[in-house]
Amino acid sequence: MGKFKKKTKAEISIPTSALPDIIFMLLFFFMVTTVLREQDLLVEQKLPQATQLQKLEKKSLISYLFVGKPKNVSLYGSEPRIQANDVLINTKDIVLWVNQEKDKLGEAERDQITISMKADREVKMGPISDIQFELREADARKLMYASTGKVEN
Amino acid sequence: MARKKSRMSTEVSTGSMADIAFLLLIFFLVTTTIASDKGILNILPPKQDPNVPPPDIKKNERNIFNILVNANDQLLVEGEYLDNTESLSDDVKAFILNFGIPDSEYAELYNGLPATLKAKSNKDPSSSDHPGEAVVSIKTNRGTSYERYLEVLDQVKRAYFEIYAERVGITADQYRALTGKSASEKDLQDRGKEGIPMAISIAEPDKIGS
Repeated sequence: MGKFKKKTKAEISIPTSALPDIIFMLLFFFMVTTVLREQDLLVEQKLPQATQLQKLEKKSLISYLFVGKPKNVSLYGSEPRIQANDVLINTKDIVLWVNQEKDKLGEAERDQITISMKADREVKMGPISDIQFELREADARKLMYASTGKVEN
Repeated sequence: MARKKSRMSTEVSTGSMADIAFLLLIFFLVTTTIASDKGILNILPPKQDPNVPPPDIKKNERNIFNILVNANDQLLVEGEYLDNTESLSDDVKAFILNFGIPDSEYAELYNGLPATLKAKSNKDPSSSDHPGEAVVSIKTNRGTSYERYLEVLDQVKRAYFEIYAERVGITADQYRALTGKSASEKDLQDRGKEGIPMAISIAEPDKIGS
């Protein structure tokens, strides 16, 4: 049964000359998609999970609010705080902040501003509803509860 | 004078190129956080004018689906205690599609629904009249956790999205991914929610008992 041995042995070696190119391609992909974090998070962030997620199309319209327990408890206390840009703000400063964010947008887009609220899952509804009240006052009514996807079973 | 040195081979060795690229690749792999701008969208109600008293809305109790969450994250749905939110979206669906007393416009809408959605209609006189009247109300306490609130809102949204998607014959995931940019996508979106507004009322949380 020498049937299977008929083939002459060919040289088997994977050409590796294209390897750097492939690696470079991957490298460029990650370089382009990467977003280096511009802001240091001052509050804890463990986003809640949800299933009915929607994606926003226009990134330029989104402003972020981070809500959670401060990381530096000795300095800021353990009550949930709001972080906008790089600083912790108080609830009553939200209107001012929203107006600043609106000024960055064009005239036509100002009323389309969307606030993405990245709140820690440990936060209670009290502070959340205070923030929502301020956002209503500031007339920034599009609000997104940022959350991560959950695998449905 | 400067040419005294004998010419050696001037080729740059490229053998370690892959290694360098690998190193960079691994650096970007580790530092990358693919930005996720995903979440649950909510439109807040317009701000209240302090000079104008809040409008007194007369709505039949049967047209409101009450969800209460207390400070211990316990659920009270339509007066009944619930352990978890698993069955919530089905309850909400049954409530929206009840068609208790539809007027002529909604009787027509009912006839246009696919059979699977028609089957959900119980025609219960003590539940909602028709989808245009049905409102889902979520009321929390200041002590309710944000996670629980989002879980409830998620389930209610799910009920609506599943109805919309089923009307146009796609899955809920596909429906949510519609952007409305092209005419055909916009048409699908509009056909899905036509006559069935996503009426989710989020009440001001109360302070007692937190």
